[in-house]
Amino acid sequence: MYESLLNSPGGLFAELERLQREIQQNFGSVGRPGSIRAVASGAFPAINVGSTPGAVEIYAFAPGVDASKVDVQVDRGVLTISGERPGERPQGDEKSAVYASERFAGRFKRTVSLPDDADPDRVTARYRDGVLHVSVGRRESTLPKRIEIQ
Amino acid sequence: MNDKQQVTRAERPADVPTLMPRVDVFEDSTGITLLADLPGVPKDRLELRVEGDTLQVEGEILPDTPEGMEAVYAEIRVGRYRRAFTLSSELDTSRIEALFRDGVLKLRIPKHEHAQPRRIEVQVA
Repeated sequence: MYESLLNSPGGLFAELERLQREIQQNFGSVGRPGSIRAVASGAFPAINVGSTPGAVEIYAFAPGVDASKVDVQVDRGVLTISGERPGERPQGDEKSAVYASERFAGRFKRTVSLPDDADPDRVTARYRDGVLHVSVGRRESTLPKRIEIQ
Repeated sequence: MNDKQQVTRAERPADVPTLMPRVDVFEDSTGITLLADLPGVPKDRLELRVEGDTLQVEGEILPDTPEGMEAVYAEIRVGRYRRAFTLSSELDTSRIEALFRDGVLKLRIPKHEHAQPRRIEVQVA
């Protein structure tokens, strides 16, 4: 009866288009070497990594997680983000039904290799709008420095 | 501000790539609960629309990117979520409740009072 709730409007072709887009998104980087710790796409949380001259910025898309229970560790150049996201299936009555269960539930752990100049003593982590943003500073000695000519 | 947003929305081509947010959908006797993961979307960039029997969820990702940041690796490459659902007639779209916290949207779509199950007493004549 509620099957229609899950179908996107536009029908079959919209669905095919979406699939194609998803494939492009997920396999867009085929051919380029990936990290040895890379996991299959769809892993929770999804991770984006950015770089600035002063820091490495890691964004973990982890919605609905209790930030105080997320464990962020830097050990020997590897950043590990781990925690747990509880399932939210409500206590229904005998007439309750589940139509879609796509969201991740359970324990998660993801790792990111940091560059050599990452400073494990200068790590900050913030959680906002369901995104955990970890900023790892680079060592002062590796920052570009202007040398005065005497 | 609001008008400007309206204009940009109208000018945006329809085929801008979007991400499908992952959802959970549960039903009980009084209505439907929908949970959607929309990480990175601030509350003011989340848009919920009911048009006829279609419910559309749309959100824009606004990460706090420091100035001069270069992307090194990205699993989320698209800055917008969009997903639409067809609702059936016994759902009361005028009483939808929405809660958005830490990137998770929780929608409660109740059924019309008359569509809720009733126990019918059998009278013994």
